Amino acid sequence: MKDGPTAGSARPVLEMRGITKRFPTGTLANDGIDLDVRRGEIHALLGENGAGKTTLMNILYGLLVPDAGEIRIDGAVATIHDPADAIARGIGMVHQHFMLVPVLTVAENVILGQEITRAAQILDLAEAGRRIRALGARLGFDIDPGARVSGLSVGQQQRVEIAKAVYRDVRILVLDEPTAVLTPQETREIFGVLRALRQDGASIVFISHKLDEVLEIADRITVIRRGRVVGSRRPGETSEQELADLMVGRSVSLRVDRGTSHAGAPALEIVGLRANDDRRHETVRGVDVTVRAGEIVGIAGVAGNGQDELIECLVGLRRPTAGAVRLAGRDVTRASVDRRRDVGFAFVPADRHRYGLVLPYTVRDNLVLTRYAERPYVGGLGTFIRQDAAIDEAARRLIAEFDIRTPSERDPVSTLSGGNQQKVIVAREFRQDLKVMVLDQPTRGLDVGSIEFIHRQVIARRDAGVGVLLVSAELDEVLELSDRVLVMHRGRIVGEFAASEAQRDRIGLLMAKGAAA
Amino acid sequence: MDLLAIPRLVFEFAVYLLTVLPDLLPIILALATPLALGALCGVLNERSGVVNIGIEGMMLMSAFFGYLTGFALHQTVGSAVAIWLGIAVAVGVGALLGLLHAWLSVSVRADQIIAGTMMNIAALGVTGYLNRLIITPSGRGGAGVIPPFRIPPELADLPVVGPILAMFLDQGPIAMSVIVFVLVLQFGLFRTRWGLRTRAVGEHPKAADTLGIDVFRQRYLNVILGGALAGLAGAFLTLESTGSFQNGMTGGRGFIALAAMIFGRWTPVGSFLGALLFGTATAFGVVVSVRPAEGDLGVILRSIPTFWYAALPYLLTVVILAGVVGRSVPPAADGVPYAKEGKA
Repeated sequence: MKDGPTAGSARPVLEMRGITKRFPTGTLANDGIDLDVRRGEIHALLGENGAGKTTLMNILYGLLVPDAGEIRIDGAVATIHDPADAIARGIGMVHQHFMLVPVLTVAENVILGQEITRAAQILDLAEAGRRIRALGARLGFDIDPGARVSGLSVGQQQRVEIAKAVYRDVRILVLDEPTAVLTPQETREIFGVLRALRQDGASIVFISHKLDEVLEIADRITVIRRGRVVGSRRPGETSEQELADLMVGRSVSLRVDRGTSHAGAPALEIVGLRANDDRRHETVRGVDVTVRAGEIVGIAGVAGNGQDELIECLVGLRRPTAGAVRLAGRDVTRASVDRRRDVGFAFVPADRHRYGLVLPYTVRDNLVLTRYAERPYVGGLGTFIRQDAAIDEAARRLIAEFDIRTPSERDPVSTLSGGNQQKVIVAREFRQDLKVMVLDQPTRGLDVGSIEFIHRQVIARRDAGVGVLLVSAELDEVLELSDRVLVMHRGRIVGEFAASEAQRDRIGLLMAKGAAA
Repeated sequence: MDLLAIPRLVFEFAVYLLTVLPDLLPIILALATPLALGALCGVLNERSGVVNIGIEGMMLMSAFFGYLTGFALHQTVGSAVAIWLGIAVAVGVGALLGLLHAWLSVSVRADQIIAGTMMNIAALGVTGYLNRLIITPSGRGGAGVIPPFRIPPELADLPVVGPILAMFLDQGPIAMSVIVFVLVLQFGLFRTRWGLRTRAVGEHPKAADTLGIDVFRQRYLNVILGGALAGLAGAFLTLESTGSFQNGMTGGRGFIALAAMIFGRWTPVGSFLGALLFGTATAFGVVVSVRPAEGDLGVILRSIPTFWYAALPYLLTVVILAGVVGRSVPPAADGVPYAKEGKA
């Protein structure tokens, strides 16, 4: 850090000095990190997936023990063995995956661990409710202490997490990628809450890889790359471009140059497709889409308008009730997943933990998951025997080509960061002999470097003659990548725009209302 | 057989049930007691995230050692004292076995189904062996049973009210204590600090951990407390109900208790109602042979072999576990050992 501790109010509340952490797998997640956070500031911690931001904050919160380094709070050395120590010192953390108990109420979640009780340990939920409401009013949000957390939206759950920290008199609040799961509207609301907290004198550490948000909310920005601090900036003195370059360690292009598409013969034809969801409600209600070879067609839409079921019909995970799907002219409406892949079909799922990866398996096994039974991965007697040498070689080649950050090809894929897990899927799916690709939010939760990389790969495949169908709730991504944009609303395609005439506002309106006003 | 044969039989059956109610009601609670205590043991375990299918074994071990205590001491300290000491020993043995199960499930992170199975098999072996070694050769009896509380006959003979009073009050102390345990645990689980923390570690232990709650401690506490309740169920079998010990006398009650727990959706009151349902099924099997029905209904009921009546609670278990009652959702972290990351 360039700014050393100074006198008065600028004196750091929190100083972390020389924090180093090496995981048993050998990854050096934090390599002598220095960080200081002042009273009443919002301090952004910016870095790519796997740069070590979360590790650093888990050390601060007592979830991990550092190998070296010290933490000072108000100038005094603090040893933090577990979260209880951290809480006692006024440190609070909102984890990326919320630490809320879904079956409990808001009040129960907030007071858990520091319960308000009357005699004989009996909970005083009425008093808890009063305090939580007052706290919500102070920070400017409505909160219903009696509501069950499982029934709340993601944005509301996040406010419960913040309420948990504030209820414990938080002085240093860490938020780990708080906006990753929020809509733009919810993001604005949470920023309001954070500003109110800063007004109250709390210090906030805001972990993110979204450049625009960091520039909007932060007072200071510390950039971390591969476990080291590579720079510290104030929002007024820097730009998205500079931060992106710092984060990635090279010059990054934030806008993809899509070039022009040369659409050929139909690669994917969806004709009059209808399908039901698991509760037997018809959610795909007559969809006709043609994707030609060498073009990217984007489907924009608010989540839950039938996109999931549509994609499952294309992949072969769900049987449509009517209509047909053709891949390169062949009817595959009732074909198995495997059969579709043989024709030249690839799929990048949105939920990489449920689909796409076998988390406990090694990176190399995940990389050959769709072709493990083909030569050269099997061979020998009657081609039954797994050929480890060939698998290793292929895995090492893909790891290098797609810049997958993993200690080795034999580590479980579950130990990789989210961005690197996504790269494993992309490396496997983006084969040479493809005809059609379906991408379901392919860059969800990824940082600029990874997004740039994946976008380039998508465009390269398009230029090689692959038909690409991109489904995403993130309008930015759809607009940036697609040659044509379709809008899906309540199971139907309600609008089509050529890339040139794509108007953000009209599309946004169609997504929300289903008809242009 | 005319058209009205079926409705008439149903009507006769209803009338029959009403007439045998005074015989039925007073025995239900006693039959339900070990099931209810076992189910409460299950609730305490599973609400904190530990699956315990070894309740059967815990009951059997406690039943034996409770009985053994009474058997060994009643001639020196007198029956009454020996029985109460026996109950205390049974509860203690249950708690110790709970400690063992907690150690295996929480600290060692062993497979909880295997740990429970081991408990059941070991209990059968240990009690069977010691029974043959110590009690059978002696040819002597045990300390007997605790005398049940009796309500005055003028109350018991009251129409309608009498049998209902008898149902809850004409009972031994352990049977009556069940009602207290059910109410205390229901309140405790949903209205106290202990209960909130228990539910939290059973649903999302990591969330509880990040709030400074000791997940291990909470699970140990609950599994040990549950073991004590299973121990009390064992004491009921030998020291309040039968006054003797037979090999394998728990007869699957530990498993029926788990069915009652599932029926009751992991709540104390619900589990108690589940236990009463099983108790009623058992009681009906008893009453149908003691007070046979008359007429066509009697012919039909008698034509069903008696083992079907004896099997009624077990059949009910199968039906309930097969999900006829509707899917009930166990605690999210039920049976999942908790391990802290990065701290080995």
